Amino acid sequence: MSERLPRPTSLWEYANPRRFMAFSGFLLPFVAAGTVAALVIGLVWGFFFTPDDYRQGSTVKIIYIHVPSAMVAINAWLMMLVASLIWLIRRHHVSALAAKAAAPVGATMTLIALATGAIWGQPMWGTWWAWDPRLTSFLVLFLFYLGYMALWAAIENDDTAAELTSVLCIVGSVFAVLSRYALVFWNQGLHQGASLSLDKEENVSDVFYWPLLLCLAGFVGFFVLLILVRTRTEVRARRMRALQARERMT
Amino acid sequence: MIALLKRDLALSVRAGGGFGLALAFFLIVVTLTPFAVGPNSATLSTIAAGILWLGALLSCLLSLDRILALDYEDGALELLATAPIPMEGVATIKALAHWLTTGLPLTLAAPAFGVLLNLPPEGFLWLTISLAIGTPALSVVGTFGAALTVGLKRGGLLLSLIVLPLYVPTLIFGAEVARRGAEGMAFETPLALLAGITLATVALLPFASAAAIRINLR
Amino acid sequence: MMPDLGKYAAEVLSAYAVTIALMVGLLVISLRQSAKTKAALRAVEEARQARKAGGQETNG
Repeated sequence: MSERLPRPTSLWEYANPRRFMAFSGFLLPFVAAGTVAALVIGLVWGFFFTPDDYRQGSTVKIIYIHVPSAMVAINAWLMMLVASLIWLIRRHHVSALAAKAAAPVGATMTLIALATGAIWGQPMWGTWWAWDPRLTSFLVLFLFYLGYMALWAAIENDDTAAELTSVLCIVGSVFAVLSRYALVFWNQGLHQGASLSLDKEENVSDVFYWPLLLCLAGFVGFFVLLILVRTRTEVRARRMRALQARERMT
Repeated sequence: MIALLKRDLALSVRAGGGFGLALAFFLIVVTLTPFAVGPNSATLSTIAAGILWLGALLSCLLSLDRILALDYEDGALELLATAPIPMEGVATIKALAHWLTTGLPLTLAAPAFGVLLNLPPEGFLWLTISLAIGTPALSVVGTFGAALTVGLKRGGLLLSLIVLPLYVPTLIFGAEVARRGAEGMAFETPLALLAGITLATVALLPFASAAAIRINLR
Repeated sequence: MMPDLGKYAAEVLSAYAVTIALMVGLLVISLRQSAKTKAALRAVEEARQARKAGGQETNG
């Protein structure tokens, strides 16, 4: 990776694996430092130096992990969709590998959002779990992540796996959106009166706003950091398999 | 294309083709339900529509890997790829054959099984209609899942994992129509949405299935 | 130093514990995989270089 490469003239040149490795290697320490700073400051600020909510008591502190993880969980899928489209249209291997790298991170974030939501819901609504549309959508999203990762793991040929998972990701995105609206409809149809309004963002006051923003930045940074690390792993693994295949040929 | 449809139908009706397996599975699910929730007929009648939909969906799932796997193994799929009909047409015909051998019998059998689960009398008509409208979507989505996993040795479990989340909207709207029909409530909206999903999947998903088959044949 | 979490202490602490455990777990797995592939790739590349050099010597 040490040879000098000419300066890139277009964003697409980062799709060249060698260029990607050089650039991501350069970027990695900065992302890591920023992530650690934002996460530590945001979480410490949120956990130690914000007042309790008058209604929710100290459970309001869960917001600093619940909302960011939920946001990353959704946007990770969005990123996978974009990466899959790029792979299908422009055939950049790094793009497909980045989509593969994002899936476990997204799934973990979904799990965190579900777990913290359940822990928060227990004292607030008196139940760990309700079939509220938003909760249910996250569960369905988690299932989508599982299916996507299972398909990647099952197919041996790298390129076939990249293509098929991209197709699945695109079709899955459409169905995920459909499911979301179906669930909203379904719940309204079931229990009209019982509304568990989850619109936490609306009643966030200024005291909670800045630490929450920092935590959001921290979680996004954590996501980017892991994507970079995992994509680099995938690029190396791919190169290794290519080399081994070439050696078997000769 | 008609010839392909006839061939697929003949293959599935023949012994070992799996025709009737789905129906038997459906009957077993319906029989086991009262053992699980108790024989109370009031309880059964409230959950009947949902159980029938879930049972139909699972029975449908059972035969999905047969849609393409046999043709892939004996090379017929590669012949079809070089045949004059487009792959999208093949995917559509495969889904249609699957529906005719699975979805249609399930739809016709559902009212009979509804009796076992004490389905309210008003529910029979709308259960049948919702299944008739919804099961084509199950077959088309299932064909897509089968196309994705056709190259795998043991794709069955993976196929379920991939396909089941995609069944969520159809199940929600289908069961909603059946339940509202049984309870005598307004069901026009879910019915329209169910039909919309079926039409959209039938129109669009064969393209994705065909793409997946082509990738797997490469 | 520890803020008074009131009656919800268990909930708040367990939520943070679960989150940190999952995030650290994912990070450790990713880093370990990264180190492993890095080492494996280096081994493969070195073997290839060595063979190339060896091949040239026998040729020359």
